[in-house]
Amino acid sequence: MEVLGHLFEGILIALEPVNLGLAIIGVIIGLFVGAMPGLGSVNGVAILLPFTFVIQGFTGGATSPMIFLASIYYGAMYGGAISSITLGIPGASTAVATTFDGRPLAMKGQAHVALMAAALASFIGATISNILFTGFAPLLASVALNFGNPEIFALMLLAFATFAGLGGDDFPKTIFSICFGLALSAVGFDIISGEPRLIFFDIQGFSHGIRFLVLAIGIYGIGEMLWTINTSRYGSSMSNVEVNFASIVYALKQFKGAWKGTLIGSFIGFFVGILPAAGATPGSLMAYGVTKMTSRDPSKYGKGVVDGVAAPEAANNSASTGAMLPMMTLGIPGSPTTAVLLAGMVIWGLQPGPLLFTNQPDFVWPLIGSFYISNFVAVAVNIMFIPIFLWMLRMPFTILAPTIFVLSLVGTYAAYLDMFDVWLMVLVGFGGFFMRILDYPVAPAVLAIVLGPIAEPTLRQTLLQYETFTIFFTRPIAGPITICAVILIFLPAIQLILRKMRSKA
Amino acid sequence: MSILKKLATGFVAAGMTISAMSGFALADGHGWKPNKPIDFIIMAGKGGGADKMARLMQAIVEKEGLAERPLVPTNKSGGSGAEALIAAKSANDPDHTIMVTLNSFYTTPLRQPGLDVDVMTFAPVARMAEDTFLLWVHKDSGITSFEQWLEVAKSEGKNWVMGGTGSNSEDNIITDFLNDNFGLSMKYIPYKGGGAVAKDVAGKQINSSVNNPSEALGFYESGDMIALVAFTDERLPMFPDVPTLREKGVDFSYFMQRSVVGAPGMSAEAEAYYSGLFEKVYNSADWQDYKSKKSLMGDLMSGDELMAYWKVQRANHETILRASGAIQ
Repeated sequence: MEVLGHLFEGILIALEPVNLGLAIIGVIIGLFVGAMPGLGSVNGVAILLPFTFVIQGFTGGATSPMIFLASIYYGAMYGGAISSITLGIPGASTAVATTFDGRPLAMKGQAHVALMAAALASFIGATISNILFTGFAPLLASVALNFGNPEIFALMLLAFATFAGLGGDDFPKTIFSICFGLALSAVGFDIISGEPRLIFFDIQGFSHGIRFLVLAIGIYGIGEMLWTINTSRYGSSMSNVEVNFASIVYALKQFKGAWKGTLIGSFIGFFVGILPAAGATPGSLMAYGVTKMTSRDPSKYGKGVVDGVAAPEAANNSASTGAMLPMMTLGIPGSPTTAVLLAGMVIWGLQPGPLLFTNQPDFVWPLIGSFYISNFVAVAVNIMFIPIFLWMLRMPFTILAPTIFVLSLVGTYAAYLDMFDVWLMVLVGFGGFFMRILDYPVAPAVLAIVLGPIAEPTLRQTLLQYETFTIFFTRPIAGPITICAVILIFLPAIQLILRKMRSKA
Repeated sequence: MSILKKLATGFVAAGMTISAMSGFALADGHGWKPNKPIDFIIMAGKGGGADKMARLMQAIVEKEGLAERPLVPTNKSGGSGAEALIAAKSANDPDHTIMVTLNSFYTTPLRQPGLDVDVMTFAPVARMAEDTFLLWVHKDSGITSFEQWLEVAKSEGKNWVMGGTGSNSEDNIITDFLNDNFGLSMKYIPYKGGGAVAKDVAGKQINSSVNNPSEALGFYESGDMIALVAFTDERLPMFPDVPTLREKGVDFSYFMQRSVVGAPGMSAEAEAYYSGLFEKVYNSADWQDYKSKKSLMGDLMSGDELMAYWKVQRANHETILRASGAIQ
């Protein structure tokens, strides 16, 4: 009950006019930063970090600056879904999985359903993870400590397995797609040996590796646009949505059917979020994979299922709260954005670590209180803006296509201020388009590019340390995860063989 | 509508005032001043020790209004800093390009002659601090002294695992030294960042580390990790009970520079400007506070003095890398 008392006090402090005002401003900034392709929460937080010194000058403590940055982080998680659904370009890397079904829904004239589902799922995901965070933070911190390299690799393997094991897709093509993604993720400097790898034509741009955002915008922005042009040469295939009371009620009703995806997303997102090194992007992709795998009709996914929007959106919000946990209690960031927040904490004179909760309750509890408040603010603001976002869809394709093209170019450049990325993005766009023409699933490649940089070093660090593959099966936490993953990976292969045998017989 | 009009007039007026003021600032000062945003390259990834320090510097500059133009930080962590070195070397506008460096400033060009980077061509803006290293273990290991650690590590042989940031890095150099000098055969596992190393010591995934104090502080304060020996010349004020390796009769100490350098080709006037800027940062209360809280050592250094320091350090690192076989 002590926790509830602390939480109540924290919420009261978060509701103070200054803090509430900062939370509202932060959420709105975040919403737009998140909705702008290329710019994600990490850019928003990094750009405004020095500004927090000014806030600290006014308010004294570190609480208000942190509330401001945390609400930007939150708002961006909501915002990312908007461009994923309406334009088909992921607003941020965390919202890539939202495009898988959000875009098809919008094409079917169900954009309001998708946007509503994204907002509500985000709200539920964030609420669930807030409660978990409040109640079990110290306990969960020790869980995160028990996750060493073998455990994290086992988890990555499981994530790949959920994608490979999906029904509906062509299994060999899925495997090819994953391998292709893994190869791309290997570009750059090798962490273990420090040697450069796959630096094509000695171009300097490859030395920092291929950035995920470049691929995401290329594939989903340029690639999808080309695909749309190719498939519907005569005008827009997008159907308009009337914004009225009835359509909102309809959208709410549709969301009722998405409770499963929301719950799966909330819990997977949170759990992946608290693990250092992962973050919201893998969390949302894994949530999508698991929801698809456990659904009754996986073949519908990718064609516009509300669950397919709810799961990743619940997960990325849930993960962003979860990622605060290792940042605060272990001093290591769970995602790129929390890395910047961590730098912020150091600048404001705080020492992250297991003692933060005991030593700095005046910082911790108002921050947790602000998670709840920002979440309410974010869902309210988001739903209010839905009619405006829907209006974007009414643009004729002749205007929309160039808009997407320009946004893709600007967004890619804005993320890292690197022209190389822009050229690569365009190239990737054409690549993605041809992959679609040849009917290769793109999502597994995207997943591989996100998870590859986590899976590879953890695998090699484990093998360096233990010098055996059996370690993945013998460690108490890693073992069960690895076994599940292996079974899942071979499931489609076994099915395929069985089917072939039956058809021959 | 009149409110809108007033607002618009207000904005224009404010804009003109600001531009007039900055015009004055340019006119009344003497010497070189930046006339566009300054590229602030960070030779490490987001969230690491170097990154935190760089962002603290940026925040101090911003808070105290020290620079006429903002510092725009970009992280270039690829290849133990190779990416950052190349970016600085090929900067279009060296007068507006500065970089935060560590010891990979010496080691990476030594290990990769193909990069064709001569660190002596960089402008010596300021050495802001020297970071220190300690040897850490988990408290449950039962080890309380360096001698005891040596004994256990020796008997465990290659099963004793040391984690560290990157390969052929600062942490690797110290590990190699301990292995060679005390007849150990510890296994070294490279990690992406010091925070992850400290976490894995605290989580008992690995046996020991040589983290900087700033990386291990959280777990030190909670009592999970204990320090056995410091690789410094004198005991650190924050760790008065931790002996130095020199006290154990071994002639070895190792520091990591935390310096700001200018891109090769930077003009002398610009270099003087940045040296002045970072002297102000160094003398600020925030920086001094951070330095003492995170157990940083080293005084401010710039110009020829910093150049001379680099020469010595580079020669030392060349010897170390040659001895370990990392370079021929």
